[in-house]
Amino acid sequence: MNVTTPQQDLLRGVWKENPVLVQLLGLCPALAVTNTVANAIAMGLATFFVLLGSSILVSLLKNVIPSEVRISAYILIIATFVTMADMILAAVVPDIHKALGAFIALIVVNCIILGRQEAFASKRSVGRAILDAVGTGAGFIVALLMMGGFREVLGNGSFLGHALFGPGFEPWIIMILPPGGFFTLGFILLAFGWWKDRGVVSVKPRRWPHGVTVQTRIPDPVGDVAAASGARGAR
Amino acid sequence: MSRRPDERDGGSDSEVRLPMVPDVGAEGNASGDAPRNVDVSALRLVATLALAGGLAGLVIVLVYQWSQPRIEAHQARVLTEAIYEVLGGPERYETAFLVGDAFTVAPPATADTAALERVYVGFDEAGRPMGVAVAAAEPGFQDVIRLIFGFDPGSGEVVGMKVLESKETPGLGDKIGKDSAFVAEFSGVAVPLAGVKAGRASGTPNEVDMITGATISSRAVIDIINHRLEGLGAPIRQYWASGAVEAGRAASDEPVSVSVSGPRTGGVR
Repeated sequence: MNVTTPQQDLLRGVWKENPVLVQLLGLCPALAVTNTVANAIAMGLATFFVLLGSSILVSLLKNVIPSEVRISAYILIIATFVTMADMILAAVVPDIHKALGAFIALIVVNCIILGRQEAFASKRSVGRAILDAVGTGAGFIVALLMMGGFREVLGNGSFLGHALFGPGFEPWIIMILPPGGFFTLGFILLAFGWWKDRGVVSVKPRRWPHGVTVQTRIPDPVGDVAAASGARGAR
Repeated sequence: MSRRPDERDGGSDSEVRLPMVPDVGAEGNASGDAPRNVDVSALRLVATLALAGGLAGLVIVLVYQWSQPRIEAHQARVLTEAIYEVLGGPERYETAFLVGDAFTVAPPATADTAALERVYVGFDEAGRPMGVAVAAAEPGFQDVIRLIFGFDPGSGEVVGMKVLESKETPGLGDKIGKDSAFVAEFSGVAVPLAGVKAGRASGTPNEVDMITGATISSRAVIDIINHRLEGLGAPIRQYWASGAVEAGRAASDEPVSVSVSGPRTGGVR
Protein backbone atom coordinates (compact mmCIF):
# COMPACT_ATOMS: atom_id res chain seq x y z
CA MET A 1 0.00 0.00 0.00
CA ASN A 2 1.31 3.41 -0.90
CA VAL A 3 1.62 5.45 2.25
CA THR A 4 0.94 9.10 1.61
CA THR A 5 0.98 12.12 3.88
CA PRO A 6 -2.02 14.44 4.06
CA GLN A 7 -0.03 17.11 2.21
CA GLN A 8 0.63 14.68 -0.61
CA ASP A 9 -3.05 13.75 -0.76
CA LEU A 10 -3.93 17.40 -1.12
CA LEU A 11 -1.21 18.62 -3.44
CA ARG A 12 -0.48 15.82 -5.86
CA GLY A 13 -3.79 16.23 -7.73
CA VAL A 14 -3.13 19.93 -8.31
CA TRP A 15 0.06 19.58 -10.29
CA LYS A 16 2.13 16.38 -10.15
CA GLU A 17 -0.84 14.11 -10.87
CA ASN A 18 -3.04 16.71 -12.49
CA PRO A 19 -6.11 14.82 -13.72
CA VAL A 20 -6.11 16.45 -17.15
CA LEU A 21 -2.50 17.41 -17.83
CA VAL A 22 -0.82 14.29 -16.42
CA GLN A 23 -3.43 11.56 -16.12
CA LEU A 24 -5.23 12.68 -19.29
CA LEU A 25 -8.64 12.05 -17.73
CA GLY A 26 -11.76 14.14 -18.20
CA LEU A 27 -10.64 15.33 -21.64
CA CYS A 28 -14.19 15.56 -22.97
CA PRO A 29 -15.22 18.56 -20.83
CA ALA A 30 -11.69 19.95 -21.06
CA LEU A 31 -12.02 20.14 -24.84
CA ALA A 32 -15.69 20.96 -25.12
CA VAL A 33 -16.45 23.79 -22.73
CA THR A 34 -13.17 25.70 -22.45
CA ASN A 35 -13.91 28.21 -25.22
CA THR A 36 -14.31 30.96 -22.63
CA VAL A 37 -12.85 31.49 -19.17
CA ALA A 38 -16.31 31.86 -17.61
CA ASN A 39 -17.41 28.49 -18.98
CA ALA A 40 -14.18 26.88 -17.79
CA ILE A 41 -14.66 28.26 -14.27
CA ALA A 42 -18.29 27.14 -14.09
CA MET A 43 -17.46 23.66 -15.37
CA GLY A 44 -14.51 23.40 -12.99
CA LEU A 45 -16.55 24.50 -9.98
CA ALA A 46 -19.42 22.15 -10.83
CA THR A 47 -17.03 19.22 -11.13
CA PHE A 48 -15.27 20.28 -7.93
CA PHE A 49 -18.59 20.33 -6.07
CA VAL A 50 -19.59 16.90 -7.38
CA LEU A 51 -16.19 15.40 -6.64
CA LEU A 52 -16.05 16.78 -3.11
CA GLY A 53 -19.61 15.79 -2.24
CA SER A 54 -19.27 12.30 -3.68
CA SER A 55 -15.91 11.68 -1.99
CA ILE A 56 -17.28 12.66 1.42
CA LEU A 57 -20.35 10.45 1.06
CA VAL A 58 -18.48 7.49 -0.38
CA SER A 59 -15.89 7.69 2.37
CA LEU A 60 -18.58 7.93 5.05
CA LEU A 61 -20.55 5.03 3.61
CA LYS A 62 -17.63 2.78 2.70
CA ASN A 63 -18.56 0.21 5.33
CA VAL A 64 -22.27 0.38 4.57
CA ILE A 65 -22.18 -0.11 0.81
CA PRO A 66 -21.79 -3.79 -0.06
CA SER A 67 -18.83 -4.37 -2.31
CA GLU A 68 -20.92 -6.04 -5.01
CA VAL A 69 -23.03 -2.96 -5.68
CA ARG A 70 -20.42 -0.32 -4.93
CA ILE A 71 -20.11 0.97 -8.49
CA SER A 72 -23.90 1.30 -8.79
CA ALA A 73 -24.00 3.08 -5.45
CA TYR A 74 -21.14 5.44 -6.45
CA ILE A 75 -22.88 6.28 -9.72
CA LEU A 76 -26.10 6.94 -7.81
CA ILE A 77 -24.32 9.28 -5.41
CA ILE A 78 -22.47 11.05 -8.22
CA ALA A 79 -25.61 11.38 -10.33
CA THR A 80 -27.46 12.94 -7.41
CA PHE A 81 -24.78 15.58 -6.93
CA VAL A 82 -24.64 16.25 -10.68
CA THR A 83 -28.40 16.75 -10.84
CA MET A 84 -28.16 19.15 -7.91
CA ALA A 85 -25.33 21.06 -9.59
CA ASP A 86 -27.31 21.18 -12.84
CA MET A 87 -30.39 22.67 -11.19
CA ILE A 88 -28.42 25.09 -9.02
CA LEU A 89 -26.47 26.41 -12.02
CA ALA A 90 -29.70 26.79 -14.00
CA ALA A 91 -31.21 28.80 -11.17
CA VAL A 92 -28.20 30.94 -10.26
CA VAL A 93 -26.27 31.49 -13.51
CA PRO A 94 -28.74 30.67 -16.33
CA ASP A 95 -26.58 32.05 -19.13
CA ILE A 96 -23.57 29.92 -18.21
CA HIS A 97 -25.84 26.92 -17.72
CA LYS A 98 -27.12 27.42 -21.25
CA ALA A 99 -23.60 27.69 -22.63
CA LEU A 100 -22.46 24.49 -20.90
CA GLY A 101 -25.49 22.61 -22.22
CA ALA A 102 -25.35 18.85 -21.84
CA PHE A 103 -21.85 18.85 -20.40
CA ILE A 104 -23.08 19.46 -16.87
CA ALA A 105 -25.16 16.29 -17.01
CA LEU A 106 -22.17 14.46 -18.47
CA ILE A 107 -20.13 15.07 -15.31
CA VAL A 108 -21.78 11.81 -14.18
CA VAL A 109 -19.54 9.87 -16.53
CA ASN A 110 -16.41 11.94 -15.89
CA CYS A 111 -13.86 9.25 -15.10
CA ILE A 112 -11.97 11.56 -12.73
CA ILE A 113 -14.83 11.40 -10.26
CA LEU A 114 -15.60 7.68 -10.37
CA GLY A 115 -11.86 7.00 -10.43
CA ARG A 116 -11.21 8.93 -7.22
CA GLN A 117 -14.13 7.14 -5.48
CA GLU A 118 -12.93 3.67 -6.45
CA ALA A 119 -9.21 4.30 -6.01
CA PHE A 120 -9.21 6.55 -2.97
CA ALA A 121 -12.37 7.68 -1.17
CA SER A 122 -13.75 4.16 -0.73
CA LYS A 123 -10.65 3.13 1.22
CA ARG A 124 -9.63 6.16 3.23
CA SER A 125 -10.90 8.27 6.10
CA VAL A 126 -13.23 11.16 5.40
CA GLY A 127 -10.49 13.72 6.08
CA ARG A 128 -8.12 12.19 3.55
CA ALA A 129 -10.95 11.82 1.03
CA ILE A 130 -11.73 15.53 1.38
CA LEU A 131 -8.06 16.47 0.88
CA ASP A 132 -7.81 14.27 -2.18
CA ALA A 133 -11.06 15.61 -3.67
CA VAL A 134 -10.04 19.23 -3.06
CA GLY A 135 -6.63 18.64 -4.65
CA THR A 136 -7.96 16.77 -7.67
CA GLY A 137 -10.82 19.21 -8.16
CA ALA A 138 -8.42 22.15 -7.95
CA GLY A 139 -6.16 20.46 -10.49
CA PHE A 140 -9.11 20.10 -12.85
CA ILE A 141 -9.96 23.79 -12.43
CA VAL A 142 -6.31 24.75 -13.06
CA ALA A 143 -6.24 22.73 -16.27
CA LEU A 144 -9.57 24.12 -17.52
CA LEU A 145 -8.49 27.67 -16.69
CA MET A 146 -5.24 27.26 -18.63
CA MET A 147 -7.17 26.05 -21.66
CA GLY A 148 -10.01 28.56 -21.28
CA GLY A 149 -7.62 31.49 -20.88
CA PHE A 150 -5.51 30.48 -23.87
CA ARG A 151 -8.54 29.96 -26.10
CA GLU A 152 -10.52 33.04 -25.09
CA VAL A 153 -7.55 35.40 -25.38
CA LEU A 154 -6.58 34.15 -28.83
CA GLY A 155 -10.02 33.31 -30.17
CA ASN A 156 -12.01 36.25 -28.88
CA GLY A 157 -9.39 38.79 -27.81
CA SER A 158 -10.84 38.95 -24.32
CA PHE A 159 -10.43 37.52 -20.83
CA LEU A 160 -13.57 36.86 -18.79
CA GLY A 161 -15.45 38.98 -21.33
CA HIS A 162 -13.18 42.04 -20.98
CA ALA A 163 -11.61 43.01 -24.29
CA LEU A 164 -7.82 42.95 -24.04
CA PHE A 165 -6.80 44.34 -27.39
CA GLY A 166 -7.93 47.27 -29.45
CA PRO A 167 -10.43 47.08 -32.30
CA GLY A 168 -7.55 46.27 -34.66
CA PHE A 169 -7.30 42.74 -33.22
CA GLU A 170 -8.63 40.09 -35.55
CA PRO A 171 -9.89 37.18 -33.37
CA TRP A 172 -8.39 33.82 -34.16
CA ILE A 173 -11.83 32.23 -34.39
CA ILE A 174 -10.63 28.67 -34.79
CA MET A 175 -9.36 28.75 -31.21
CA ILE A 176 -12.90 28.90 -29.81
CA LEU A 177 -14.13 26.26 -32.25
CA PRO A 178 -13.61 22.55 -31.49
CA PRO A 179 -10.29 22.27 -33.40
CA GLY A 180 -8.90 25.02 -31.18
CA GLY A 181 -9.55 22.81 -28.17
CA PHE A 182 -7.37 20.08 -29.63
CA PHE A 183 -4.64 22.55 -30.62
CA THR A 184 -4.64 24.09 -27.17
CA LEU A 185 -4.58 20.76 -25.35
CA GLY A 186 -1.77 19.57 -27.62
CA PHE A 187 0.37 22.64 -26.99
CA ILE A 188 -0.25 22.56 -23.23
CA LEU A 189 0.62 18.85 -23.02
CA LEU A 190 3.74 19.52 -25.10
CA ALA A 191 4.79 22.29 -22.73
CA PHE A 192 3.98 20.13 -19.72
CA GLY A 193 5.99 17.20 -21.10
CA TRP A 194 8.92 19.48 -21.84
CA TRP A 195 8.75 20.89 -18.31
CA LYS A 196 8.67 17.42 -16.77
CA ASP A 197 11.61 16.20 -18.85
CA ARG A 198 13.76 19.29 -18.52
CA GLY A 199 16.13 17.38 -16.22
CA VAL A 200 16.84 14.72 -18.83
CA VAL A 201 19.68 15.69 -21.10
CA SER A 202 20.67 13.71 -24.16
CA VAL A 203 24.39 13.62 -24.80
CA LYS A 204 25.79 12.37 -28.07
CA PRO A 205 29.61 12.38 -27.95
CA ARG A 206 31.35 12.89 -31.25
CA ARG A 207 33.66 9.89 -31.29
CA TRP A 208 31.12 7.25 -30.29
CA PRO A 209 29.62 4.91 -32.89
CA HIS A 210 26.81 6.45 -34.83
CA GLY A 211 23.44 6.35 -33.09
CA VAL A 212 24.61 5.70 -29.55
CA THR A 213 22.90 7.99 -27.11
CA VAL A 214 23.77 8.45 -23.47
CA GLN A 215 21.16 9.81 -21.14
CA THR A 216 22.25 11.57 -18.02
CA ARG A 217 19.76 12.27 -15.34
CA ILE A 218 20.21 15.52 -13.48
CA PRO A 219 18.37 15.56 -10.12
CA ASP A 220 15.09 17.39 -10.36
CA PRO A 221 14.88 20.09 -7.68
CA VAL A 222 11.09 20.23 -7.68
CA GLY A 223 10.51 16.51 -7.35
CA ASP A 224 10.66 13.63 -9.69
CA VAL A 225 7.33 14.01 -11.39
CA ALA A 226 7.70 11.13 -13.74
CA ALA A 227 8.54 8.57 -11.09
CA ALA A 228 6.13 9.82 -8.47
CA SER A 229 3.09 10.01 -10.65
CA GLY A 230 3.23 6.52 -12.06
CA ALA A 231 0.17 7.47 -14.02
CA ARG A 232 1.80 7.34 -17.43
CA GLY A 233 3.61 4.06 -16.82
CA ALA A 234 7.32 3.36 -16.83
CA ARG A 235 9.51 6.02 -18.31
CA MET B 1 -11.99 -15.89 -3.96
CA SER B 2 -14.40 -13.30 -2.75
CA ARG B 3 -13.65 -11.14 0.23
CA ARG B 4 -15.81 -9.49 2.77
CA PRO B 5 -16.60 -5.87 2.11
CA ASP B 6 -15.13 -4.73 5.40
CA GLU B 7 -11.78 -6.20 4.50
CA ARG B 8 -11.22 -3.88 1.61
CA ASP B 9 -10.52 -0.77 3.63
CA GLY B 10 -6.82 -1.39 3.72
CA GLY B 11 -6.49 -2.15 0.04
CA SER B 12 -3.92 -0.32 -2.00
CA ASP B 13 -4.56 1.87 -4.99
CA SER B 14 -3.07 -0.59 -7.40
CA GLU B 15 -4.94 -3.60 -6.14
CA VAL B 16 -7.13 -5.27 -8.71
CA ARG B 17 -10.48 -6.45 -7.44
CA LEU B 18 -11.98 -9.43 -9.14
CA PRO B 19 -15.69 -9.57 -9.71
CA MET B 20 -17.44 -11.34 -6.91
CA VAL B 21 -18.50 -14.82 -7.92
CA PRO B 22 -20.88 -16.63 -5.57
CA ASP B 23 -19.39 -19.84 -4.27
CA VAL B 24 -20.96 -22.93 -5.73
CA GLY B 25 -23.35 -24.52 -3.30
CA ALA B 26 -23.17 -21.69 -0.85
CA GLU B 27 -26.82 -20.86 -1.18
CA GLY B 28 -28.22 -24.32 -0.72
CA ASN B 29 -25.83 -25.57 1.94
CA ALA B 30 -27.23 -28.95 2.90
CA SER B 31 -25.38 -29.17 6.19
CA GLY B 32 -27.02 -25.98 7.41
CA ASP B 33 -23.73 -24.35 8.35
CA ALA B 34 -23.64 -20.62 7.83
CA PRO B 35 -21.74 -20.30 4.56
CA ARG B 36 -18.63 -18.30 5.35
CA ASN B 37 -17.90 -17.06 1.89
CA VAL B 38 -21.28 -15.67 0.96
CA ASP B 39 -20.65 -11.95 0.99
CA VAL B 40 -23.99 -10.27 1.39
CA SER B 41 -27.48 -11.50 0.75
CA ALA B 42 -29.20 -10.36 -2.41
CA LEU B 43 -31.87 -8.78 -0.25
CA ARG B 44 -29.32 -6.52 1.39
CA LEU B 45 -27.93 -5.47 -1.99
CA VAL B 46 -31.37 -4.58 -3.25
CA ALA B 47 -32.28 -2.87 0.01
CA THR B 48 -29.10 -0.78 -0.02
CA LEU B 49 -29.63 0.45 -3.55
CA ALA B 50 -33.34 1.03 -2.98
CA LEU B 51 -32.65 3.08 0.13
CA ALA B 52 -29.92 5.04 -1.64
CA GLY B 53 -32.19 5.62 -4.61
CA GLY B 54 -34.98 6.83 -2.36
CA LEU B 55 -32.69 9.23 -0.52
CA ALA B 56 -31.25 10.51 -3.81
CA GLY B 57 -34.75 11.10 -5.12
CA LEU B 58 -35.71 13.01 -2.00
CA VAL B 59 -32.66 15.27 -2.26
CA ILE B 60 -33.31 15.93 -5.94
CA VAL B 61 -36.95 16.81 -5.27
CA LEU B 62 -35.90 19.30 -2.60
CA VAL B 63 -33.36 20.98 -4.88
CA TYR B 64 -35.89 20.98 -7.73
CA GLN B 65 -38.46 22.75 -5.59
CA TRP B 66 -35.90 25.35 -4.64
CA SER B 67 -34.56 25.93 -8.14
CA GLN B 68 -37.67 25.64 -10.33
CA PRO B 69 -39.31 28.96 -9.33
CA ARG B 70 -36.00 30.72 -9.96
CA ILE B 71 -35.57 29.09 -13.36
CA GLU B 72 -39.13 30.01 -14.37
CA ALA B 73 -38.71 33.55 -13.08
CA HIS B 74 -35.58 33.89 -15.18
CA GLN B 75 -37.30 32.57 -18.31
CA ALA B 76 -40.19 34.96 -17.75
CA ARG B 77 -37.75 37.85 -17.31
CA VAL B 78 -35.91 36.96 -20.51
CA LEU B 79 -39.21 36.75 -22.39
CA THR B 80 -40.45 40.04 -21.01
CA GLU B 81 -37.22 41.80 -21.92
CA ALA B 82 -37.36 40.32 -25.41
CA ILE B 83 -40.98 41.42 -25.95
CA TYR B 84 -40.06 44.86 -24.67
CA GLU B 85 -37.15 45.04 -27.10
CA VAL B 86 -38.84 43.83 -30.28
CA LEU B 87 -41.94 46.01 -29.81
CA GLY B 88 -39.97 49.16 -29.11
CA GLY B 89 -40.72 49.56 -25.42
CA PRO B 90 -44.39 48.88 -24.71
CA GLU B 91 -45.82 49.92 -21.36
CA ARG B 92 -47.29 46.48 -20.81
CA TYR B 93 -48.27 43.43 -22.83
CA GLU B 94 -50.87 40.70 -22.73
CA THR B 95 -50.90 37.19 -24.07
CA ALA B 96 -53.41 36.21 -26.74
CA PHE B 97 -54.00 32.52 -27.38
CA LEU B 98 -55.02 30.95 -30.67
CA VAL B 99 -58.21 29.01 -29.98
CA GLY B 100 -59.56 27.39 -33.10
CA ASP B 101 -58.53 29.91 -35.75
CA ALA B 102 -59.00 33.11 -33.80
CA PHE B 103 -56.94 34.80 -31.09
CA THR B 104 -58.43 35.53 -27.70
CA VAL B 105 -57.00 36.83 -24.44
CA ALA B 106 -59.48 34.67 -22.50
CA PRO B 107 -59.19 31.06 -23.65
CA PRO B 108 -61.89 28.67 -22.41
CA ALA B 109 -61.09 27.21 -19.01
CA THR B 110 -61.02 23.71 -20.48
CA ALA B 111 -58.17 24.57 -22.87
CA ASP B 112 -54.60 23.73 -21.96
CA THR B 113 -53.00 27.13 -22.44
CA ALA B 114 -49.50 25.65 -22.43
CA ALA B 115 -50.31 23.81 -25.68
CA LEU B 116 -51.88 26.77 -27.49
CA GLU B 117 -50.14 29.01 -29.99
CA ARG B 118 -49.77 32.48 -28.57
CA VAL B 119 -48.71 36.01 -29.40
CA TYR B 120 -47.97 38.91 -27.07
CA VAL B 121 -49.80 42.16 -27.73
CA GLY B 122 -47.93 45.25 -26.55
CA PHE B 123 -49.60 48.51 -25.48
CA ASP B 124 -48.08 51.96 -25.13
CA GLU B 125 -48.65 54.33 -22.21
CA ALA B 126 -51.93 55.61 -23.64
CA GLY B 127 -53.19 52.04 -23.92
CA ARG B 128 -52.95 51.92 -27.70
CA PRO B 129 -51.80 48.59 -29.15
CA MET B 130 -48.28 48.88 -30.60
CA GLY B 131 -47.92 45.49 -32.24
CA VAL B 132 -47.64 41.82 -31.50
CA ALA B 133 -44.55 39.88 -30.51
CA VAL B 134 -44.35 36.37 -31.94
CA ALA B 135 -41.91 33.66 -30.91
CA ALA B 136 -40.67 31.22 -33.53
CA ALA B 137 -38.12 28.45 -33.89
CA GLU B 138 -36.71 26.58 -36.88
CA PRO B 139 -33.43 24.89 -37.77
CA GLY B 140 -30.60 27.20 -38.71
CA PHE B 141 -27.10 26.24 -39.81
CA GLN B 142 -26.07 24.29 -36.69
CA ASP B 143 -29.14 23.83 -34.57
CA VAL B 144 -32.59 25.24 -33.98
CA ILE B 145 -32.66 29.04 -33.85
CA ARG B 146 -35.24 30.41 -31.43
CA LEU B 147 -36.17 34.02 -31.88
CA ILE B 148 -38.93 36.49 -31.19
CA PHE B 149 -40.02 39.27 -33.53
CA GLY B 150 -42.35 42.21 -33.33
CA PHE B 151 -45.01 42.60 -36.02
CA ASP B 152 -47.23 45.60 -36.58
CA PRO B 153 -50.38 44.28 -38.33
CA GLY B 154 -51.52 47.85 -39.00
CA SER B 155 -48.59 48.75 -41.24
CA GLY B 156 -47.71 45.15 -42.13
CA GLU B 157 -44.14 45.60 -41.00
CA VAL B 158 -41.75 43.65 -38.84
CA VAL B 159 -40.65 46.14 -36.20
CA GLY B 160 -37.95 44.21 -34.32
CA MET B 161 -36.17 40.88 -33.99
CA LYS B 162 -34.22 39.27 -31.19
CA VAL B 163 -32.48 35.89 -31.22
CA LEU B 164 -33.33 34.04 -28.02
CA GLU B 165 -31.21 30.95 -28.57
CA SER B 166 -28.86 29.78 -31.27
CA LYS B 167 -25.80 27.60 -31.59
CA GLU B 168 -24.59 29.14 -34.86
CA THR B 169 -20.87 29.20 -35.61
CA PRO B 170 -19.08 31.60 -33.24
CA GLY B 171 -17.76 34.61 -35.11
CA LEU B 172 -19.81 33.92 -38.25
CA GLY B 173 -23.36 32.64 -37.85
CA ASP B 174 -23.78 33.98 -34.34
CA LYS B 175 -23.72 37.49 -35.77
CA ILE B 176 -27.47 37.04 -36.39
CA GLY B 177 -27.86 37.90 -32.71
CA LYS B 178 -24.76 40.02 -32.12
CA ASP B 179 -24.40 42.16 -35.25
CA SER B 180 -26.37 45.28 -34.39
CA ALA B 181 -26.53 46.36 -38.04
CA PHE B 182 -28.21 43.09 -39.00
CA VAL B 183 -30.61 43.21 -36.05
CA ALA B 184 -31.46 46.81 -36.97
CA GLU B 185 -32.45 45.64 -40.46
CA PHE B 186 -35.57 44.14 -38.90
CA SER B 187 -37.05 47.39 -37.65
CA GLY B 188 -39.62 48.66 -40.11
CA VAL B 189 -39.38 46.19 -42.95
CA ALA B 190 -42.40 45.05 -44.93
CA VAL B 191 -43.45 41.41 -45.06
CA PRO B 192 -42.80 39.01 -46.62
CA LEU B 193 -39.12 39.64 -45.98
CA ALA B 194 -36.62 39.15 -48.78
CA GLY B 195 -32.94 38.65 -48.01
CA VAL B 196 -30.45 40.42 -50.26
CA LYS B 197 -26.68 40.27 -50.23
CA ALA B 198 -25.03 43.28 -48.66
CA GLY B 199 -24.68 46.15 -51.13
CA ARG B 200 -27.22 44.80 -53.60
CA ALA B 201 -30.30 46.39 -52.08
CA SER B 202 -32.63 47.91 -54.66
CA GLY B 203 -34.61 49.98 -52.21
CA THR B 204 -37.82 47.98 -51.99
CA PRO B 205 -39.31 48.11 -48.48
CA ASN B 206 -39.11 44.38 -47.75
CA GLU B 207 -35.36 43.94 -48.23
CA VAL B 208 -33.08 42.73 -45.44
CA ASP B 209 -29.31 42.95 -45.94
CA MET B 210 -27.81 39.59 -45.07
CA ILE B 211 -24.52 39.15 -43.23
CA THR B 212 -21.51 38.44 -45.42
CA GLY B 213 -20.16 35.03 -44.42
CA ALA B 214 -23.33 34.05 -42.62
CA THR B 215 -25.75 33.78 -45.52
CA ILE B 216 -27.35 30.53 -44.37
CA SER B 217 -27.95 31.77 -40.82
CA SER B 218 -29.24 35.13 -42.11
CA ARG B 219 -31.59 33.44 -44.53
CA ALA B 220 -32.77 31.08 -41.77
CA VAL B 221 -33.80 34.06 -39.63
CA ILE B 222 -35.70 35.61 -42.55
CA ASP B 223 -37.39 32.31 -43.41
CA ILE B 224 -38.37 31.67 -39.79
CA ILE B 225 -40.19 35.00 -39.67
CA ASN B 226 -41.82 34.51 -43.08
CA HIS B 227 -42.98 30.97 -42.28
CA ARG B 228 -44.38 32.03 -38.94
CA LEU B 229 -46.32 34.87 -40.52
CA GLU B 230 -47.62 32.56 -43.26
CA GLY B 231 -49.21 30.50 -40.51
CA LEU B 232 -50.23 33.16 -38.02
CA GLY B 233 -50.42 36.31 -40.13
CA ALA B 234 -54.06 35.92 -41.11
CA PRO B 235 -55.46 35.32 -37.60
CA ILE B 236 -53.23 38.09 -36.22
CA ARG B 237 -54.55 40.62 -38.78
CA GLN B 238 -58.09 39.40 -38.17
CA TYR B 239 -57.65 39.78 -34.41
CA TRP B 240 -56.14 43.21 -34.90
CA ALA B 241 -58.91 44.39 -37.24
CA SER B 242 -61.76 42.94 -35.17
CA GLY B 243 -61.27 45.44 -32.39
CA ALA B 244 -60.65 42.65 -29.92
CA VAL B 245 -57.31 44.24 -29.14
CA GLU B 246 -59.09 47.40 -28.06
CA ALA B 247 -61.45 45.30 -25.99
CA GLY B 248 -58.44 43.68 -24.36
CA ARG B 249 -57.26 47.14 -23.40
CA ALA B 250 -60.47 47.79 -21.50
CA ALA B 251 -59.90 44.61 -19.54
CA SER B 252 -56.39 45.66 -18.61
CA ASP B 253 -56.90 44.95 -14.92
CA GLU B 254 -57.51 41.31 -15.56
CA PRO B 255 -54.76 38.92 -14.59
CA VAL B 256 -53.99 37.99 -18.21
CA SER B 257 -52.44 41.39 -18.74
CA VAL B 258 -48.85 41.65 -17.72
CA SER B 259 -46.96 44.75 -16.78
CA VAL B 260 -43.47 44.90 -18.22
CA SER B 261 -42.00 45.76 -14.87
CA GLY B 262 -43.64 42.83 -13.11
CA PRO B 263 -43.25 39.70 -15.22
CA ARG B 264 -45.74 36.94 -14.75
CA THR B 265 -46.05 34.58 -17.65
CA GLY B 266 -45.12 31.18 -18.95
CA GLY B 267 -41.97 30.31 -20.84
CA VAL B 268 -41.33 31.02 -24.49
CA ARG B 269 -42.50 28.25 -26.73
